[in-house]
Amino acid sequence: MPSKPSAAFVFVLAFFATLALYPLVGGKFGVDLVTKIMIYAIFALSLELLVGGTGLVCFGQAAFFGIGAYATVLLSPSSDPAGLALWVFAILAASIYAFVVGALSLRTSGVYFIMVTLAFAQMAYYVVHDTPLGGGTDGIYLYIKPVFGPFDLDQPNTLYFVTLLSLIAVFVFLARLSVSRFGRTLAGIRVNEQRMRATGFSTYPYKLAAFTISGGLAGLAGFLFAVKDGFVNPEMLSWHLSGAVLIMIILGGIGHLRGALIGAFAFALLQELFKSEAIFGAFAKHWHLGLGLSIIASVALLPRGLVGVPAQLQERLWGRSSRRAQSLGDTDVSH
Amino acid sequence: MDFSIFLIQCLNALQYGLLLFLVASGLTLIFGIMGVINLAHGSFYMIGAYMAFGLAPIVQSSFGGGFFATLLVGLFLAIVLGYFLEWAFYSYLYEREHLQQVLMTYGLILVFEELRSLIIGDDVHGVSAPDFLSGSIALGDTMTYPVYRLFMSAVCILLAIGMYLVFTRTRLGMMIRAGSSNREMVQSLGVDIQFLYRVVFAAGVAIAAFAGMVAAPVSSVYPNMGSQVLIICFVVVVIGGIGSIRGALLAALLIGFVDTFGKVLLPQASGVLVYVLMALILLWKPQGLFKAG
Repeated sequence: MPSKPSAAFVFVLAFFATLALYPLVGGKFGVDLVTKIMIYAIFALSLELLVGGTGLVCFGQAAFFGIGAYATVLLSPSSDPAGLALWVFAILAASIYAFVVGALSLRTSGVYFIMVTLAFAQMAYYVVHDTPLGGGTDGIYLYIKPVFGPFDLDQPNTLYFVTLLSLIAVFVFLARLSVSRFGRTLAGIRVNEQRMRATGFSTYPYKLAAFTISGGLAGLAGFLFAVKDGFVNPEMLSWHLSGAVLIMIILGGIGHLRGALIGAFAFALLQELFKSEAIFGAFAKHWHLGLGLSIIASVALLPRGLVGVPAQLQERLWGRSSRRAQSLGDTDVSH
Repeated sequence: MDFSIFLIQCLNALQYGLLLFLVASGLTLIFGIMGVINLAHGSFYMIGAYMAFGLAPIVQSSFGGGFFATLLVGLFLAIVLGYFLEWAFYSYLYEREHLQQVLMTYGLILVFEELRSLIIGDDVHGVSAPDFLSGSIALGDTMTYPVYRLFMSAVCILLAIGMYLVFTRTRLGMMIRAGSSNREMVQSLGVDIQFLYRVVFAAGVAIAAFAGMVAAPVSSVYPNMGSQVLIICFVVVVIGGIGSIRGALLAALLIGFVDTFGKVLLPQASGVLVYVLMALILLWKPQGLFKAG
């Protein structure tokens, strides 16, 4: 931590404080929506560790999310509510699959890596889609929600705070990770893997460890999602979701953990905005159009993602010199 | 499986593989030469199919109609569309990171799908094949095979040969091949690379749209047909080796056969087979079957 709190640090603190206070004003619908978005934010953070932290673009992240969710439902006891063990098993299941996929697909790189991770995700998708194990296309229901000690996850507000705590924990974990020796090594791999190897790092185990951790975090998001909806279906493993979460972190700005937060919220809120019949009337049915146009506009106007907006504004207002100072400050603190 | 069924499945596999090749060749060209990951490529296929459906009555009333007139008008519109899109959107993407390209072309997919929904609607529509191609020919004693599918295969083969000739025998093809291996060098030798890109992009869009138009009578037109084709085309491109036309042809045929025979022999695992194949090939050859060049 730097001695003087940076703007990014203050932003993240304010962000989490707002989320903690939100249930006081948000109704039932709002709490449910924000719970969902926070789960997506955890999911996006898991991918940011790979894409922004290590330079590995994974196009099969939904598989780990879906496996976490399916494990939650399939391993739930049918009579009394499950406890913390279920949480552990869901994360473990996703991590194990991530370990296997990573071990094989890290043999390739670049666009080939993107496609191999897609291939393994599609395999998982078809396994739950076409076999009786996962209930086929209909999906399966989770009838009894887990209870963590005094916290009954069937209560929307309890689930909201458990999700918020998970989000904060994941964020802090990744922020600490990025300044650790391990995280520095991953950043080195992202910038120049050849050079890291030349300096004596065996890069493969580092990448595999990052991939496995990322899969586990996506599994955590999957667990929360299954508990929130009480329902899982194969679409949770589809490439559309892998694509959507990738879009979230690009929209927010790759290379910053808060980019994943901002991206997840921006993506989901834009969706809600264009879906809202109060604003767009009958045209709300065609909400994809508004979403698509905003995404294109963001590429055209915000090359550094939403995270780069303050720096861009400063550049506009004060000229270039302050932008340089800002960007130096940015690389220092990778929140 | 008796012989005539086997033969029919072979023809189906060939036709599917060739169709995939047409769509994937545009994708691999755009990626190999311009370095743009174009997620919207499947949308061009979808646009083509919907043009075959939507333009037919308009062409009927203004030109007297006919399947081939519709094809020609559609092809012309696709070239114009490709030229426009390159000018308006894609030309800004060359200097950008790949992930920015992914983001923008993802936005374009949403826009195209929604415009399709606004203009034509979300229903599934059939497109009728022209009369003289709608019959069937006899295969063996009891089996028949639709003439239109044979016609599709023939058209795809002709286009593939045409592309091969353009690539290997013409000045334009030479510039394209040179541009894919070193674009700065080509530019410094005085080739108008911007124009070359625009031509390649327009051609890629036109080929994908043409594939969609030709496929429409067999597949019918339905929402999201673009994204299904897109993913399988990426599989083709990657298996074949990015930027390699020859690789795309081989990979497309391979996938055509694996998918078609998978559906017949192992129907419960048909969806997954293609991806197992891709994973195996990439673990064996991490750069695809043919490295670009």
